[in-house]
Order: sequence, then structure tokens, then C-alpha cells
Amino acid sequence: MKEKQTCLQSASAQTATKRKNPLAQLIDRLYVLFDDKKVRYGVLAVAVVVLIYLPMKSSMYITEVMTTFWFHVVVCLGLNIIVGFAGLLSLGYAAFFAVGAYTTGIMILHYGISFWLTLPVSVLMAIIAGLAIGGPTLKLRSDYLAIVTLGFGEIIRLAARNLEITGRATGLVGIDRPTFFGIAMVRINHFYYAFLVLAIMAIFISYRLQDSRLGRAWKCIREDEDAAEAMGINVVAVRLLAFIIGSVFGALAGSFMAIKMTAISPESFLFTQSVMILLAVVLGGMGKIPGVILGAFAVVIFPEVFRGIGQYRMLIFGVVLLVLMIYRPQGLWPERHT
Amino acid sequence: MVILEIKDLTLRFGGLTAVNKVSFGIEEGSIESLIGPNGAGKTSLFNCLTGFYRAQEGDILFEGKSVMKMKPHKITTLGMARTFQNLRLFKNLTVMENVMSGMHCRASAGVAGAILRPPTQRAEEKRIRDVALECMDFVGILDKKHRLAKNLPYGDQRRVEWARALATQPKLLLLDEPAAGLNYDEKMQLVELIRRIRDERKITVFLIEHDMGLVMKVSEKIFVIDYGTKIAEGTAQEVQNNPRVIEAYLGKEEETAV
Repeated sequence: MKEKQTCLQSASAQTATKRKNPLAQLIDRLYVLFDDKKVRYGVLAVAVVVLIYLPMKSSMYITEVMTTFWFHVVVCLGLNIIVGFAGLLSLGYAAFFAVGAYTTGIMILHYGISFWLTLPVSVLMAIIAGLAIGGPTLKLRSDYLAIVTLGFGEIIRLAARNLEITGRATGLVGIDRPTFFGIAMVRINHFYYAFLVLAIMAIFISYRLQDSRLGRAWKCIREDEDAAEAMGINVVAVRLLAFIIGSVFGALAGSFMAIKMTAISPESFLFTQSVMILLAVVLGGMGKIPGVILGAFAVVIFPEVFRGIGQYRMLIFGVVLLVLMIYRPQGLWPERHT
Repeated sequence: MVILEIKDLTLRFGGLTAVNKVSFGIEEGSIESLIGPNGAGKTSLFNCLTGFYRAQEGDILFEGKSVMKMKPHKITTLGMARTFQNLRLFKNLTVMENVMSGMHCRASAGVAGAILRPPTQRAEEKRIRDVALECMDFVGILDKKHRLAKNLPYGDQRRVEWARALATQPKLLLLDEPAAGLNYDEKMQLVELIRRIRDERKITVFLIEHDMGLVMKVSEKIFVIDYGTKIAEGTAQEVQNNPRVIEAYLGKEEETAV
């Protein structure tokens, strides 16, 4: 089955112009269109303007959902660096935004430190956590890492549940919201913009990393670890770097989440959270940035659209996912054919 | 000057001794070969040299420096590149990306460089591209640079591997059965290429090969191993006439048959 598919793929690569699927043809044309820098930056400028105006024109509900979407774009792109770029399976990603959220929460609540000063600490904590988890395990094959990250996710959550400083099961309540150049960040619009900026930065950084020496090294390792090693790529170090960068994305998103919610509890960082993010990455197409954004959109929007049917929506969601994974295991976003 | 020196190298897999006290040296600027019957331990020896296997005893000196305990990427960085017996290309990457990977160890841009793209990083990227293009041109696959590696015919895939190894800018190139699966014309081109690698790029070449015609034609010195032990070394002529080599390849002549 798989062989048949790759066979078909390579055949279609050679006869790209003759592809029958009109959607795939359209996307091929879009790829070519976007190669033109003027078109690309033009479309981007329009998109940014629309996204800036969106919260002013739309209802609070849509702004809220879109804010959640931007949050997911950041964490999904973060996980994509680990899973998609470096090919490592991580099942405890929520732990990293727990690290960020609790770092920020504790510093604001217990020590009264300004939110903006907690961000570098949050990054530092993510690096330490990434090193602690990745350092000993990245020498092993990927499957072990999955188990270790799964364990790490649970340890962080249980630690937060039992430690005094993290407020035990009730968590941290009443985290002060910061001011940004004199503007108190209290309205949902403020957070919409904050997460929009974070998401744009995440997209920008993802693209820059993908198209760099490091990005190429990750691709090589994903293809063939031994050959990559023979080409002089320090496989362990380069993987660890991916793991840490992904952790930092998660921690920063977590820090912002802490001030948006003003309350965090261990239940905000359940295993299901990690799974949903991993799902978004796989659904959209691992390693493909537009695909991952689409995946993030899907996991945020789907439950909202089907809110009317109550608990059944998760059932339908499951079925849709199953069908998608059977017919499009490579994810929603199509490969480029040239 | 000896560029690579192997001293009493022994590699065991449990009870099996794959490489047994092998010693020899490779002259800088030469083309030398390692031959031996199937299962003689040639590839195992290669894997020891490039850090993929850890030999238990002996020492490997590259330019006078021991590389016994080094990891493969470190050894490549020192200037010893290898190709694989069974092609190990990055199949879903383009030829260009494959060859560019070889420059990884000759560049240094990290996370900050990737994100901020300062002029030094841009210059480095350009240098990586230039070297990759030059290496592809050298082996003759420049016109296929945008094709995916897996879509190339076998002969061209071999060339991609050579270009990729050359892109690491080695001083010593280890080729593990470079002629395997090539047709007659391609083999002749390979002979020429190996000579050009040495003459034009001043790279020492050490190869494992089964094709005796090719080995005899191209090598200045040949080492023969059998059951993990070195049984002969010398020029093509000397090796061909060595009774122990003939025995290893053809079996012992029985007294009664004479």
C-alpha cells in the first residue's frame, strides 16, 4: 500500500502538469504564484491589515476564538520544530507551557515582578527543562523520547498539583495583568494583538529556521541519521537544539496564557492538551508550516462550529480525524510538485 | 607522509573477530585499495575508521591524531569523508540539498544566525551554495540539481554520494564499493573521476572494491584482508602473484589435482 503510494507520488511528480485533482492543481499554481516576492509580500500585507482590523469589527466571541487560534499557532509551530523538523516524537508538550505559565505566575504573584521581566526567566526555565529532558534521552532512538516526554508531562502536572509554591490543586489565582507602554492589558483585544504578534514571530522564526543550515541538518537527520552523522552533522546536538527551541516557543506561549487567564491550575496542562497540539501538527502535515497553521485552525474551529450538538462533537471530530488519517496520512497540506 | 595509520586494529562482535590486528598506513596523495573476499571484514574496518564502530584494540591515527574514540561527525570534520556501500542518500531531498549537507561541518551559523540572517550568515550560505555547485559540477550532475535524489537513476545517485562526500572538503576520501551496480561505461568514468579527485583536488583516496579490473587499474597500493587479517600488501602486480591472495580468492589447490 505504502509502496504503491510513493510510486504514485513520484509518477505524479514527473507529470505535474497532468495532475487531475483540480485542488492540487490550484495549490501548485498558488505555490508558483507565491514564488514572486511582490505577490507574496502584497498578500501578506493585506492579511496583516485584515487581521489587525478584525477585532474592531467582529464580535467578542470571534475575537476570543481567534485569540485561542493564535495561541495554538505558536504552540503548534513550536511542537512542529520538534516533531516536524527534527522528527522527534514528543508526547508531553503541554509541560513546557506549564513551565512558562507557572514561572510567570509565581514571579508575578509571589514576588511582584513585572510580567515583561518574567519572560526571559521563562525562556531560561524552558531551556533548562529542555536540556534536562532532551540531554539524556536524545541519544536514544525516538521511541524512548516519546515515553520520557510523556512521563515528564505527568511529572510537571503532578508536581504543580502538590507543591506549595504552585498553589497545589487550586493553582495560581489572581495573576496581575501587565501594562504595555501605559496601556493596561485588560480587554480581549489586547490579548488578541499580543498573541497575533507572537504567532507572526513564530511563523517568521519557523520559516527562517527551516531555510537555514540548521533546518537542512534537521531534514537530513530525519531522512537518514547515519548518513547525516557521516556528513559531519552532530546529530545529538542539533536535535537537542530543536528540542530546546520548541520548548521555548511553548514556554513563551504559556507565559502569555498565564496573564490572559489570570488563573492557572494543573488541570490546564493535561495530557489531552499535548495530544491536541500533536494532533494539529500531524493533521496539518508535519514539517509544513502552512499545514501546521491549518491544523491549529482545524483543532480550534472544529469544536466551536459544532458546539450546538454538545458532547457528540468530539465523536464526530474523532471520526473525521480517522477518515483523514486513512486517506491523507501525510496531512492536509499538499506537497509541492515541480 | 602517512595520512592515515592503522595500528593493530582489532574489532570483535562478541566471539567473532571481524578485524584482527590489522596494521597499515596510507600515504598522503595516493590512491590505495582494500580488497578481500566477501565477509573478510572490509566494511567493518571502514566503519572503525569513520567512527561508526568502536574497535576494542589498537589505534587509528589520522594526521598523527588518534580518532579511535571520536564520533563520526567529529572525524568528518577532521577531514575524513566516506561513502556507503548501499547508497545512503537523503532520498526525499533534492540533489542540491544533499550536496549542501556536506558543507554542514564547514559552516557555523546557529539559531541566531538563522533567525536574524546577519551578513556573515548570508555570506556563509552563499559559500555553501558555491561549494555545492562546484562539487556537483565536478562529478557531472549539475544539470540535475533540483531533482529529488530518489528520482535519479542509480548511476547518478552514486554521483550524488560522491559529490556530497567531496562537499565535506576532505583530505582523505573513503569509498566503500563505489563501482557496485555501475555499468562498464560508468566504471570507466569512475576510474577517471578517482584520478581527478586525487590530481585536481589533492585528496587521498582509499577504496574498498570488488571489481578487480577497476582496483588493479586505479590503485597504487593494495591491501588484502581475509578473515579479518591482513594477508598481503603491495602493487597490483605483487598482489596478483601473491600465493596467499590467490588462495583466499580461489581456494587452496589440492595436491592430487596437480
